[in-house]
Amino acid sequence: MSTAVQDPRTQSPVNYLNAEDGLKSWLLTTDHKRIAILYLISITVFFMIGGFFAVLMRLELATPPGDLFNSDTYNKLFTMHGIVMVFFFLVPSIPATLGNFLLPMMVGARDLAFPRVNLLSWYLYIIGGIFVVATVGLGGVDTGWTFYTPFSSTYSNTWVLPAIMGIFVAGFSSILTGLNFIVTVHKMRAPGMTWGRLPLFVWSQYATALIQILGTPVVAITLALCALERAFHIGIFDPSIGGDPILFQHMFWFYSHPAVYIMILPGMGVISELVTCFSRKRVFGYDFVAAASVGIAVIGFLVWGHHMFVTGQSMYASMVFSILSFLVAVPSAIKIFNWTATMYQGSIRYDTPMLYAFGFIGLFTIGGLTGLFLATTAIDVHLTDTYFVIAHFHYVMVGGMVMAYLGGIHFWWPKMTGRMYSEPWAKFSALIVFVGFNLTFFPQFILGYQGMPRRYHAYAPEFHVLNVMSSCGASILGIGYILPLIYLLASLKTGKPAGPNPWGAKGLEWTTQSPPTTFNFEKIPVVTEEAYAYAATTEEETVG
Amino acid sequence: MADQAADLNPGTLVEHEHSPFLRHHFEDMGQQFESSTLGMWVFLLTEIMFFGGMFGAYTVYRSMYPDAFASTSRHMIPWLGATNTAVLICSSLTMALAVRSAHLGSRKLVRWMLVLTMIFGLAFIGVKFTEYYLHWKDHLVPWLNFQYPEHPEFFYNAQILFCFYFFMTGFHALHMFVGLGLLSWLLIKNETTLFGPQYYSPVEITGLYWHFVDIVWIFLFPLLYLIGAHG
Repeated sequence: MSTAVQDPRTQSPVNYLNAEDGLKSWLLTTDHKRIAILYLISITVFFMIGGFFAVLMRLELATPPGDLFNSDTYNKLFTMHGIVMVFFFLVPSIPATLGNFLLPMMVGARDLAFPRVNLLSWYLYIIGGIFVVATVGLGGVDTGWTFYTPFSSTYSNTWVLPAIMGIFVAGFSSILTGLNFIVTVHKMRAPGMTWGRLPLFVWSQYATALIQILGTPVVAITLALCALERAFHIGIFDPSIGGDPILFQHMFWFYSHPAVYIMILPGMGVISELVTCFSRKRVFGYDFVAAASVGIAVIGFLVWGHHMFVTGQSMYASMVFSILSFLVAVPSAIKIFNWTATMYQGSIRYDTPMLYAFGFIGLFTIGGLTGLFLATTAIDVHLTDTYFVIAHFHYVMVGGMVMAYLGGIHFWWPKMTGRMYSEPWAKFSALIVFVGFNLTFFPQFILGYQGMPRRYHAYAPEFHVLNVMSSCGASILGIGYILPLIYLLASLKTGKPAGPNPWGAKGLEWTTQSPPTTFNFEKIPVVTEEAYAYAATTEEETVG
Repeated sequence: MADQAADLNPGTLVEHEHSPFLRHHFEDMGQQFESSTLGMWVFLLTEIMFFGGMFGAYTVYRSMYPDAFASTSRHMIPWLGATNTAVLICSSLTMALAVRSAHLGSRKLVRWMLVLTMIFGLAFIGVKFTEYYLHWKDHLVPWLNFQYPEHPEFFYNAQILFCFYFFMTGFHALHMFVGLGLLSWLLIKNETTLFGPQYYSPVEITGLYWHFVDIVWIFLFPLLYLIGAHG
């Protein structure tokens, strides 16, 4: 295919990594796999920036008095942590890296439908990121990642406008990724790749893309209105001159609640792939798992009001939002039960990706169930703005999404780089991440239940012990995140060649060489079997 | 957007013996056409949500302050708005004819239909900015010179309406400019590329976009110009 010719000097066969050389070939690439690598590097940088703010916060909270930072600085720390982690790590994390890399291969296509749009989305992400880095450099912003009005529009004396600008631009990067995925899934599937044969990872990316294209424009316009109000002070969100600050919250959460599902659905897709591969069984109830992804996306648009139980929303609206929020638990639970049923009587292998999958299932269950506590209006009044909320969404986003992300990176690393990483180190660091995570965030459930409010740099002495546990856990968790960075990078030099399919997994991406060629397939494959037809493989292995 | 349309440029490498317009990652022209069209529809969905956020916020304030909003219709110039509505509907007709001509492969017709569409588009923008100028002379621009002497009790609420007026029509005008840019690009492309039944998707998807921008105006006109005009 294409113009790539085997270079006699190189040992490894021509693939997407060595097909072209030079910085320019990377910055102007339209290859979905190279763009995935660009995203991988950039979101890792932003993860470290966001993590740095988290470290500073946990340092401050190691002792009850506010001794390290004053309250203004602390406000900026949690705001910048939230903005960077939500908009620049979690939202693009799996879709823009693993999704970009794998989605075309999984449906049997040579690239996404619009390769140049794909590259444009990375540049928009970088431009948005530059705005946010500039915000940090100028002195940060202190509104919380939610930019609640009228504080953000009228009273805050920090760099609100550049931060909003960064999120606005990065939002379009997310929209373009979603658009590309939707068109690719609809129009680029290989012959025989019916909707019922799509890998569940693709289904979850599709559901995510729906949210990206329908929700992100609304937050863009909301933040634009907020910026307008801040710049010109016309009164759209200022109650003293007729504006409605609650309207901002409605519009903000109309996107940002579905966005929470942008930050978990792709993770669920990864877990579906991992569980079925390492159980050597077809996923239990494929149709239900696929439908549950779309169900979560749809219901996700109807529950935003549960963020506003105590902010002056009508009681009846709260009751409806509460019931609808409970409904989200149904498709989520379907997934958890079906993964568990997939493992039942499977030939389970305990490779690193599967360890992360175990971690995800346990932690997401806790995160999801505590979400039901918060959806209960009466309990929410007690728990609003406490550490219980912090612990809840970190169990979903860090315990869920980051676990799935790491699991996915380990699972497809051999495909992306052609090298195996060090399995003992990987297992060790998976354990470290699990222990560190729970030590960090489980005490926060108790703190919140006992009434410790979020977003303060000082706290009452009786909360000291649990906070010390949390800070210790955070340092362990930090090591757990640094280790993969080291051994994965080391594997590029020293790792054993992986071969096309080191896990014996099903799926079109494993039929290509590792790393794949620029256009993935010599010939567009024809699909003749269901997704995850593991029964046949297991038999062969037994016989062989 | 433009980039998306640009994706349909003749690819640099043509592996198969297919049409020179087929990009390497598509199997055939049909798949390429369907993909680009669906891509534009999905993009328009995001645009609907984008404008939908503004329409939603507008609706909330209009139901909160119905009298103040109604009082603003005296300052709008409905006949200019109506003229602009007619201009845009005509431009949609010529745009549709441009798509048809591209499908039929008539370079000359495509050229003239695109030029007519652009003239209508420019006329719309001319009228729109005339209105902006008149509003500025009437001291109705929030933040710059807003005054509302006849109904001082509505000062702040009417100011919100005018804020939405400028914000929504401004975003709409921005979309018109993007549309005009796309039309100019098509005009140039039409001279070097012979569109025909096999390949006319750039005209098709630009047409979709242009019609969408027209439809937004069809909603903006009554919501902004005709509130309380019956009273």
